[in-house]
Amino acid sequence: MTTINLPTILRQHTGGAKKITASGRTIGEVFAAIGNEYPKLGEQLTNPEGGLPVFVNVFLEDEDIRYLDGLDTEVEDDADITILPAVAGGR
Amino acid sequence: MTPTSAPSREDLARYGITPTPLVDLSALAPSGVTLYGKAEWHLPTGSLKDRIAASMVCRAIGDGLIDADTRLLEPSSGNTGIALARIAAIEGIPLTVVAPDNVSSERIDLLRAYGADILFTPGSEGSNGAVRRSEELAADGGYLMLHQYENAGNPGAHELTTGPEIISQIHEAGHDRLDAFVATLGTGGTLTGVGRSIVGSFPDVRIVAAEPPSGELIAGLRSLDDGYIPPIFDPTLLGGKILVRTRDSIAMARRLLTDLGLFVGPSAGAAVHAALKVARRLEPGSVMVTVLCDAGWKYLSTGMFSGTVDEATDRVLGITLW
Repeated sequence: MTTINLPTILRQHTGGAKKITASGRTIGEVFAAIGNEYPKLGEQLTNPEGGLPVFVNVFLEDEDIRYLDGLDTEVEDDADITILPAVAGGR
Repeated sequence: MTPTSAPSREDLARYGITPTPLVDLSALAPSGVTLYGKAEWHLPTGSLKDRIAASMVCRAIGDGLIDADTRLLEPSSGNTGIALARIAAIEGIPLTVVAPDNVSSERIDLLRAYGADILFTPGSEGSNGAVRRSEELAADGGYLMLHQYENAGNPGAHELTTGPEIISQIHEAGHDRLDAFVATLGTGGTLTGVGRSIVGSFPDVRIVAAEPPSGELIAGLRSLDDGYIPPIFDPTLLGGKILVRTRDSIAMARRLLTDLGLFVGPSAGAAVHAALKVARRLEPGSVMVTVLCDAGWKYLSTGMFSGTVDEATDRVLGITLW
């Protein structure tokens, strides 16, 4: 099972759980599995066109999947995914 | 604001923006990979933000945006505000800095030493909260907001100075290649400006961002649609983005101190952590550059250099470090 670490603002859709697990061969399949169990969370993870929403960053083993193969990025069974909102940094 | 008067390198040199050295970090890298860090603490207020502060003010002056009644305004949790405060003091322009109320005390003391006024926003809102408050104040009038997240003078400074310095220094060190450039992603100015500059000389260079987990700290974020991507940031230049956790940035900053005698801040630690991750996939003979944004002085009061790494990490959670 893949572990998905959720930011605070998405935990309202998982009953407050910080981490959930799901299965899938790709990030897209993992997100589809999440959508089956947590429909409102699933809606936040893909846009109407089936892509990644602009303000969502998804890291597989700490690497942004936009610079891998996006939602088609393959995942190992025990992979670790972190989802974070896009915000400004800098000082 | 759409600045049109791009300063020259000589204009910036008049504000003390002169080349910073590359330090050799290869002892930390896999065998055969050369890794350099650009030692930005050599700039006048000790951080790379001196470059963009000079550039943005030069542009504003060149564009006729500053007169006797002008008061500058900038959202900043530290380095940019300090750098702007210095330039504002030199030019005799009043400055108000809007900062999260959980930044380290050294930063606030430095801002006040340079004569800046400070307005605080809730630390739980991070940089986004400071940006929002600044925009509200600017909309009310009476302020000129240079806005590092939107000002072309930010990446422009790095395209004009940091990038060309790196190209020259890599050649001077006897290399004819640059395989990767790694920098922290905040405003996106360093990655965008340096990226635009170095791809001309090294077309195959991989530009990689080290990203802080700041989205997790922002309690004030109501939905993902409240997110923000700085307009100056050009993500098409990137070949990768690596999430660097607070613990890893602190651990690496401390390793740089104990192993190499380099006293750097947490963002430099994060950049080196990400650089070493990239380095592990490079072939022997590869050459990399990363950016050591600032020194550790401004972080002493956070406790990030005291006790174990875990204790230090617990201590700084909730503080806007980088």
